[in-house]
This record gives sequence, C-alpha cells and structure tokens, in this order.
Amino acid sequence: MAEHQGSYTPSSPLGKWVDERLPIIRFTKEQLWDYPTPKNLNYWWTFGAILTAMLAIQIVTGIVLAMHYVPEASMAFDSVELIRRDVAGGRMLQAIHATGASMFFVAIYIHLFRGLYYGSYKAPREILWMLGVLLLLLTMAAAFFGYVLPWGQMSYWAATVITNIFAAIPVVGDPLLQLLRGGFAVDNPTLNRFFSLHYLTPFIIAAVVVLHIWALHVPGNNNPVGVDVKSSRDTVSFHPYFTMKDLFATIVFFIPFAWLVFFAPDLLGHPDNYIPANPLVTPPEIVPEWYFLPFYAILRSIDFSILFINSKLLGVIFFGGSILILFFVPWLDRSKVRSGTFRPLFKPFFWLFVLNFIMLTYLGAQPAQGIYVVLSKVGVAYYFAYFLIILPLLSRFEVPRPLPASISESVLTPARS
Amino acid sequence: MIHHKNILAAILTSLMLASGALAQGTTPPAATQPSAPAASASSPSADNAKQAAAPAAQPAAMEVPEIQPQSWSFGGIFGRYDQNQLRRGFQVFKEVCSNCHAAHLLSFRNLSEPGGPEYSQAQVKALAATYTINDPDAPGGKRPGLPSDSFPSPFATDQDARDANGGLVPPDWSVLAKARSISRPFPWWILDFFTAYQEGGPDYLHALLTGYRDNPPAGFTLPDGKFYNDYFPSHAIGMPPPLSDGSVQYQKAADGSTVPLTVDQYSRDVSAFMMWLAEPKLDQRKETGFRVIAFLLLFAVILWLVKRRIWSNVAGH
Repeated sequence: MAEHQGSYTPSSPLGKWVDERLPIIRFTKEQLWDYPTPKNLNYWWTFGAILTAMLAIQIVTGIVLAMHYVPEASMAFDSVELIRRDVAGGRMLQAIHATGASMFFVAIYIHLFRGLYYGSYKAPREILWMLGVLLLLLTMAAAFFGYVLPWGQMSYWAATVITNIFAAIPVVGDPLLQLLRGGFAVDNPTLNRFFSLHYLTPFIIAAVVVLHIWALHVPGNNNPVGVDVKSSRDTVSFHPYFTMKDLFATIVFFIPFAWLVFFAPDLLGHPDNYIPANPLVTPPEIVPEWYFLPFYAILRSIDFSILFINSKLLGVIFFGGSILILFFVPWLDRSKVRSGTFRPLFKPFFWLFVLNFIMLTYLGAQPAQGIYVVLSKVGVAYYFAYFLIILPLLSRFEVPRPLPASISESVLTPARS
Repeated sequence: MIHHKNILAAILTSLMLASGALAQGTTPPAATQPSAPAASASSPSADNAKQAAAPAAQPAAMEVPEIQPQSWSFGGIFGRYDQNQLRRGFQVFKEVCSNCHAAHLLSFRNLSEPGGPEYSQAQVKALAATYTINDPDAPGGKRPGLPSDSFPSPFATDQDARDANGGLVPPDWSVLAKARSISRPFPWWILDFFTAYQEGGPDYLHALLTGYRDNPPAGFTLPDGKFYNDYFPSHAIGMPPPLSDGSVQYQKAADGSTVPLTVDQYSRDVSAFMMWLAEPKLDQRKETGFRVIAFLLLFAVILWLVKRRIWSNVAGH
C-alpha cells in the first residue's frame, strides 16, 4: 500500500489470470512478504505475532472443546471434568485453553505497555492504537464469558458480580442486567448466552485484528527510536527477517506457557472453581482472574460518593473509565517525540505507572480493608493522573533529548538512554 | 489463592515489587479465615462485591495454624503417584469414607487405568460385581456392577444425605482435592510457578484429617453435633473423626513392605488417593510436559541460529 511498489509478477498464465480477477497472491506477497519493516525493532515488537498465535491457539482448542462441552447448568461442570478425563487429549486441550487465556493477557499487557513507552499511539497511528484498545475490551469480554463456562463457584459468582456492575448504570441498568442474565439471577439462560457469546467474540476479535494489521500497514511500524522511516536503508523485508524473529520469540514464549500447562495447570486458578456452582452459598471471597485484578481494584477503591453520584455508580465510572481513557491517549500526550528513550522526564513517570499497575493487580486480590484501601486509592489516583495530568504537562514542559537523524544512524551508533 | 492479610507483608511486598529485590522472609503469613458460607438466596450487589474479599472477623485465639506443605511422591515436576499408596488410599476410601462421601466421576474402570492404582481388569471386574447398581432397564431394577459403572453413591438423593448427616451433604470427592488448598501468599505463588507446587489440596486434607482434638480449647463453644478441628476454617466440623489407629488393615505390598497403621499414614494415603481422583492424568501430563518442553527448547535454539544467520547481513546487527 504505502510507499512501495508491488513486486509481484505472475510467472504463469494461470497466475496472471487469477491476479487480474482476485489479486490475493499479490496482496500476500506485498503485505506479508515484502512489507518493509524498520530494521531496528526489538523483541518487545514480537508480541503482535505472539498475540496472533495465541488467538489462533484459543480458537482451535476452543472449537474442539465446544464439541464436548455441555452448556447446561446441571451438566456443565461435569462435562468439563469429563473432557479432562475421558476425551482423547482432552486434559491437554482444556489446560491449554484455560492457561492460554492467562498467557494471552501476559502478551496483551506487554504489547500495550510497549505501545505506551514507545509512543506507538501518536500520529499517524491513532486508529491503529484505538483498534488495539477495542481488541483489549473484546478480549476481556471473551475471557469473562469463558471463565463462566466451567460453572464452578467462582464462575457463578464472578458472573453475578460482574453483571451486577451494569445495574449501576442509571435508567437502563436494570433492564440491561436482566438482558445479560436472561432472568433475574444468574442461571441456565445466563450460561447459554455466555456460551454463545464466548463462541462469537473470538471471531469478532479476529476481524478487528485484520483491521488492526491493515491500520498498521498503512503508516508502517513505529520503532524503538520513534523517527520515521527515511529510506529503504532503514527497513528490511518482513520475510524472512521478521517472520523468523517473530517465530523464534513465539516459541520462546511457548516455553513458560507449556510449563504452566503441564506442570502447574492450576497455579493461576482459584480452588473454589472446583466446587460446582451453588446459588445458595456465597464463597468467602470472590476474586476475579489475575488479569482483571487491576481494574477490580479500581472498582473497589471507590467507596465514596461525589455530589449526586453514589459510590456504586462512581466505581463503575472509574472502572469503565480506566480502559476507555486509553482511547484518548493519542490526544493527551502531545509530545512530538514518540519514543520514551528520548524523553528524560517521561521515563520515570512511565515506569512508576507500570509499578502502579502491578501494585493495583496485587491489591485487587487483597481484602478491601485497612492499608489496602488507602493504597488502592493512591494507585487509582496515579493511574488517572498519569493520563490526565502528567502526559499533557510533560508534552508542554519536557525538553527531549536530540533524536537520531534516521533509523540507520541509530542502529550504527546506538542511542544511550 | 493470592490472599493474606498481613499489612506489613503488603507493604514489604509492594516495596519488593518496586525495587525488584528479593524477599527477606520476615513476615510469616497469617492463615486466612474464610467465614462459614452464608446461605443467601439473593444476589450480592456491586457494593457487596466490594466487601466480598473481606474475611469475617474472628477472635485471634481461633486462628487457624499455618499448614506446612508435606512431602508427596507426586510433588514437584518429577513426582509420580505411588501405586501402593493409591491402593491403600482406595482401601481407606472404600472401607471408611465411601460410607458417607460419593465420588460420582470415579468409574470402576478408572482403577485399572495407567497412572492410577492399576488393579488388573479382572480385579476391577470382580470388585464392581460386589456392588449392586440401580438400573431402571435391568430386570427388577437392580443388577451387579460393571467396570463401566460409576462408583455408587452412599445416598440415593442429596436430601437422604442431609438427613443422615446433620443437615449437610458430605462433599463429593470427585475433584475435592483440587477444591481445597492452603494459603500461598504473594511471594510464594511466584516460586510455585518454578517449583510447580500443586499439592495444596492434599496438604490441607492431611492436616484436616490429623487435626481433630478431643476437647476444644478453653473459651471455644462447640455447637452440638460438631467436632473440633484445628485446621477447619471455623474449627467446628460436622464430620466425626473418621480414622483411628489400626482401623484399616492393610495387606503387605507386593515387595513385602508394610506401613504403620496410624491415622497419619491413613491420612496421607487417602489424601494421595483423592489427588489421583481429582487429577487422574497427572503422571501422563508430566511425561508429555518433558517432551513438549524439550522440543520447544531445541526448536528455539535452532530458530535462534537461523534468525542470527539471516540477520547477519543487516548493517548494525
């Protein structure tokens, strides 16, 4: 598309005939083979490929699991257990799918923070970034629907608590809650619709991934120094340079993944989810999966009202706002310099933001009492201050370090950061 | 899993996160005390959700002692089930526990499958035949058991089970060993990733089965029909002490070895059996794991060499 001329010449009459009618081979050659990629991309840039691989794994294992799973409240729990016991390879499939969700989010968060550090959201990549935030939201929805399906105690009560969040929305809250649940309480209709939606969302995700990659291929990749590609000296073709680098990184990523699947499949789960769902017994503690904990901490930390907005609605506003605010990052950070490497003031604030995010993850798993409540509020304050105050002010007052003239120059004389 | 309520530990661990420093083990974590499950037909609001993680306050004197991880033949990445132990555990289950506890996901055939107690198919067939199975399609509604049958439940309905057990259904054993665990506060579960610690269930069950006390400590009022247990979250457990020294007679193992006939030994054996019940494919999954990880490591090395070779002609690399 951009800048480079097509290099595909059909070698056979059939190839020419196809090319004139559906230039799919040309498209593949140009976009997945010759696509000029900055040669200085580091390993943080491999997580796009890793995420694509994870999505494929989740879809393939999920389709097979759906062949054996029974989305019915009295049979769902046992059907998952029977998959692990009696389906050929079922134990592995189930563990890959369940721990795969966790590894998916590991990759998502790294990919997201990479974008935040290197300013990958800045012009002309705003739409690329916003599609990424949309993918984050869709993946969260898919993971939530999926977590409900084994119909254990945590599944059931997570579904109850999370659907309840929507009840806080004024006017439409209650009808929306009943629509989500398919009734007044979480029950078989909830399980049925969540199963249906869990099967649907990954394909929506796949479609948005296509748009995400399209939006990437128009301006081309950002890169660690953040200066635009100036000449063909700055780039290499996607294949074989980045296909091999991405494949290598993906296989390395699979090693801790396989370790979880085969040696610690229950490490990230909650024991209560091995108790079949029981609407009459509330678990002593309801804890979401680890990848939702930072946002859960934000939801719980709002225990005060502002004016006419009660604490419940305010909590939901902060909870939703913590993700929706990401859509606006391209316009909150007005600094002309993309890469954090050349922004001396930005860097400490960014790393503090990462630590703050990890702290919120930790706090989300702690009881809402004592020092945890105070720390959560500090964490929430910094989370929003980073986007609403620090990024806008930095772009006005920060003096960035001089940028290299080109990618090639930065590669030959590495920038010291 | 990721819960403890020691404030000092919280500050320390968040500092740890900030500095990336190693933990100095100065904070013995307090065991958590989940409140007794509250019966509630109504669903909690989001506000309740905010409170949900807070454990109910209990007097300090009733703290549950910390449960120490035990040594299990199936612990760690190289661990495998001990076939003799599974057979002993099954004997305890069959003779004692299955009088009240069901295990509906256990079929007789599982007892002869690889990685389990591995009785012979003839033994399993003979064992199954000693049970009478309710089968509406059989003449008279009853027939002898087959290896394909599920292990029969001791009570026909949940209500029968409640009536016979002081109003509570004795929990089904199918995945019970994975539905219980011990507290593994923050720094530990990161280590657990590397040590592949997955034995919190049997650790808890062993502690529970050996944690009965004849007399509750002074100041503790034991409700009628309950028994005092050090490790049960509320201490007042409905299950009477199920085991006593010498109550199950083990046969000698094939190699002539014997084990002591003690409550501690029975508890270990039956906890190991319960772990197998919950995770019957543990041996196979670890075997596959070694092959998969070895393949991935080798493949990664090859790809790294290929990648390095390909990139060797790019300036600056």
